[in-house]
Amino acid sequence: MSANVVIVGGGHAGGQAVASLRQGGFDGDITLVTAEQSLPYQRPPLSKAYLAGELPRERLLMRPSAFYEGAGVDVRLGIEVTGLDAGRRSLTLSDGGQLTYDHMILATGGRPRPLPCPGADHPAVHYLRTIADVDAMRPRFVPGACIVIVGAGYIGLEVAAVAIKHGLRPVVLEMAPMVLARVASPEVAGFFENVHRGAGVDLRTGVAASAIEDRDGKAVVVSTAGDRIEADLVVAGVGLLPNVELAQAAGIDCDNGIVVDAFCRASASGVYAVGDCSNHPSRLYGRRLRLESVHNALEQAKTAAADICGKPLAYDQVPWFWSDQYELKLQTAGLSQGYDQVVIRGNMAMRSFAAFYLKDGRLLAVDAVNRPAEFTLAKRWIWDRKAPSPQQLGDDSIEAKALAV
Amino acid sequence: MTKITFIEFNGTERSVDAENGQSLMRSAVDNLVPGIDGDCGGACACATCHCYIEGPLAGKLPEIGEAERSMLEMVEGVTAASRLACQITVSGDLEGLVVRTPQSQH
Repeated sequence: MSANVVIVGGGHAGGQAVASLRQGGFDGDITLVTAEQSLPYQRPPLSKAYLAGELPRERLLMRPSAFYEGAGVDVRLGIEVTGLDAGRRSLTLSDGGQLTYDHMILATGGRPRPLPCPGADHPAVHYLRTIADVDAMRPRFVPGACIVIVGAGYIGLEVAAVAIKHGLRPVVLEMAPMVLARVASPEVAGFFENVHRGAGVDLRTGVAASAIEDRDGKAVVVSTAGDRIEADLVVAGVGLLPNVELAQAAGIDCDNGIVVDAFCRASASGVYAVGDCSNHPSRLYGRRLRLESVHNALEQAKTAAADICGKPLAYDQVPWFWSDQYELKLQTAGLSQGYDQVVIRGNMAMRSFAAFYLKDGRLLAVDAVNRPAEFTLAKRWIWDRKAPSPQQLGDDSIEAKALAV
Repeated sequence: MTKITFIEFNGTERSVDAENGQSLMRSAVDNLVPGIDGDCGGACACATCHCYIEGPLAGKLPEIGEAERSMLEMVEGVTAASRLACQITVSGDLEGLVVRTPQSQH
């Protein structure tokens, strides 16, 4: 009898794991258990085209249902895994069922960090992670409505951009002194602040929500600056909590995510963890990382599947991210933490530039706005640990093609 | 449905019945064609659906757009035949199209 695989979680990582297992020649049983009511789908459009109503739900699916039938996958939608016995390799399900596994891939993802203020359970307060989340806020996401967005990360800013386009009146509160505080430099953050303010967003940095009150069914957001903002809809985008509880309760090592090795193997035999919930060693940056990105979810799923198929290949990737706001495409490669020099190439006023981050001369990361060539080039250079000349990088009269190290 | 043949870097051929109206990237991904990743889901943000299209049918492809052109500019192994599969919509005109995939998408 051939081995079986149980995949827990049906996000990008879970969906990719199915495909990569079959692609890698795994012919045993595959069971995919997901708490969501949908087959694995693309999350990025949720805060963009799907929220804007420009993309039907069917188009979000990573692969059509026929794919799972063809691949002979037992898909359990709307089912949660409630217990894990890593010694017996068995799982308990929310419908009372049980599963045993030879290999298990934990692709449990994360959940939005709840707004940490009194009144956060007000019905006008929403989060954005799933199709169901967007569908739930849609009746309030209507032209003319006042929307208060708490948190100016990728999600918050993308929602603000769609809100403006859709005729809502967005107010954005960001606790940090600048937007995209966890990921961007002050230069790039300042650029995005100008863009959003110029588009009509009421953006307030250094301000958090201290309470949500109710006034006749509407939410009143009380800010730490003392303002009271009446809102038809509040969207909180204040970070993600990795779903590690199942692993933790089973005694699997967790430390800001489920701790895995370069092959995505967790501390219990036969168990892998991939995507937003996992914490892996980065060869490139020489430290452990827990990444929240589509690319990481897909590549880690491939890594785990390859190991299960007996073709282990260590995970070694340049992290990358993207965000669409208005007509701007932000593409980020690498992680800029710890940089000691930033070089801007191009023209911020023309909304076409790249910010390169270096440390001791070595290229760590790039934020490229409407500059795909620089993004692609930098991604390769980051991988190659190159130390390009800052002077040349900053000289926009040299074509990207002609840049060399 | 339109018949499209994908040829991997190692020469392996695989023909798929691609749904008209879908992108070439989707058709490849849905049919488990190795060598086309499509990480960003078709947002023209990642260039992991880089492929090569030559021959008479190449002239029937939608023209290359600005985003696609600049995305391809710095991709490894780019040639005059390079395209991003996410930017090509499958239609009956492309019956018999041959698509070659690169050695890697990174």
